[in-house]
Amino acid sequence: MPGRLAPALWGLAALFVLAAALEALVRWGALPKLVVAAPSDTVAAIWRLAAEEGLLRALGATLLTALGAVAAAVIAGLPAGYWLYKHPRFGLAYRNWLGALFAAPLVLVYPVVLVLFGRTYVSTGFMGFIVGFIAVVLYTREGLAAVPATLVRVGRAFNLTPEQEFWKILLPAGTPMIFTGIRLGTIYALVNIIGVEFLINFGGLGFVVSEAYDKFDIPGMYGAIVFVILVSGGMLWVLKRMQLWLRPA
Amino acid sequence: MTRWGTHKIRLLTLAGLFALWEALGRTGLIFGEALPPISAIAAAAFNELAGLAFYHHLAVTLGEVAGGFVFGVIPGVACGLVLGARRVLGAAADPYIAALATTPKIVFLPVVMLAVGIGPGSKVALGAISAFFPVVIATVAGMRAIPAVFVRVGRAFNLGRGQMVRMVYLPALALPLVTGLRLGLGVCIIGVLLGEIKLAKAGLGFLANDYYAQYNFAELYAIVAIIFALAAFANAAMSRLVRRAEAHR
Repeated sequence: MPGRLAPALWGLAALFVLAAALEALVRWGALPKLVVAAPSDTVAAIWRLAAEEGLLRALGATLLTALGAVAAAVIAGLPAGYWLYKHPRFGLAYRNWLGALFAAPLVLVYPVVLVLFGRTYVSTGFMGFIVGFIAVVLYTREGLAAVPATLVRVGRAFNLTPEQEFWKILLPAGTPMIFTGIRLGTIYALVNIIGVEFLINFGGLGFVVSEAYDKFDIPGMYGAIVFVILVSGGMLWVLKRMQLWLRPA
Repeated sequence: MTRWGTHKIRLLTLAGLFALWEALGRTGLIFGEALPPISAIAAAAFNELAGLAFYHHLAVTLGEVAGGFVFGVIPGVACGLVLGARRVLGAAADPYIAALATTPKIVFLPVVMLAVGIGPGSKVALGAISAFFPVVIATVAGMRAIPAVFVRVGRAFNLGRGQMVRMVYLPALALPLVTGLRLGLGVCIIGVLLGEIKLAKAGLGFLANDYYAQYNFAELYAIVAIIFALAAFANAAMSRLVRRAEAHR
């Protein structure tokens, strides 16, 4: 454990040194306060945003939108991935398309989504859903296709129904890969949702950043950005822990 | 499954989707005017490509993407080399880089606009920030995967730091590096275009936003389709590079 702890302590120490240097540069006027907020002002602004300007409500809005988007992606994506696994002709035909879509800059369709759904949570949620859905379909199909044939044959020897085969064999064996899809889908969904909130001045955390910039509240803007980084890092950590839990070493 | 069978499924799927879209667009059954028929979008795309104005916006976007890519890749590779060569430093920086890499880069746009103004420089900077993270992560991963014997041989020959980079690290890094460059170019394009959509006077992102603001939906869909085609072309070109690097291994 000390082996792992040392780099973490070095990292924290470097962060504090950088923050102190930045603080000094801003206080001495070497960096203009209208461009860079001092770290102490940034931290104070996070408290102010939380106490007075609904930062936590915005966090709730973003996380709920992401949760809804990912839940919808799983509900729609799992059966779609299973269907592609059961119909390998279609799985093979659509696999490259799904891969290309997964790598495509899907966030750029947001003006089209705005045209269809307006400046609403449906739009921000839909932008999360599309990336989440593609990730879940892609990894579900891959995960099920990678289930060892022996396991499937054992199930057939026991005369399992297709439903039993799915719940008792395919899903447990494919879970680590399927969860990778859900993890990636969740991260991309969160990125898209916060990004679109920022672009359309609507919704949760992205909106808070945009509003602070519009009001020229520089410490508030930096505070909101730091908070978004913390939320992104926190989400990444939680998802990694969940994946480790699903795949014990 | 024959190759023709795969093509047939794909062709039929495309034909079905286009026919459904055309029918919905013509009847206005679901989204009304917000969903123009495919034929109108194709005509709008043709008009765009036939006019000179489009190429002015394309040139602006390509210039910003090129600038962002260069300014993101050079520090990305340099940081990756340093963090990959120094284990403790790399381990200390890992969580911060991972958190920042997961953060939607568009939220940094206000900081960038305060620092370099709202002109093309801010889009170049956002593209650079976006490209930096995949490149640094790929370079660090590549450095960590270099067999220790390569490094020991380099040291046995008393190679200097520059020679080690040129003769040991970079050749061994070719594959992870081009993979990082492919991902970096993709997110650089997204960063530049989102920056243009938020605030710009020229560029394809600006053009898409302009059409959205003017309710010219067929033109908006056409521009988004052209952007997707260009991004897919860039991705295909970079994937070719990746395959060449794989072949060289």
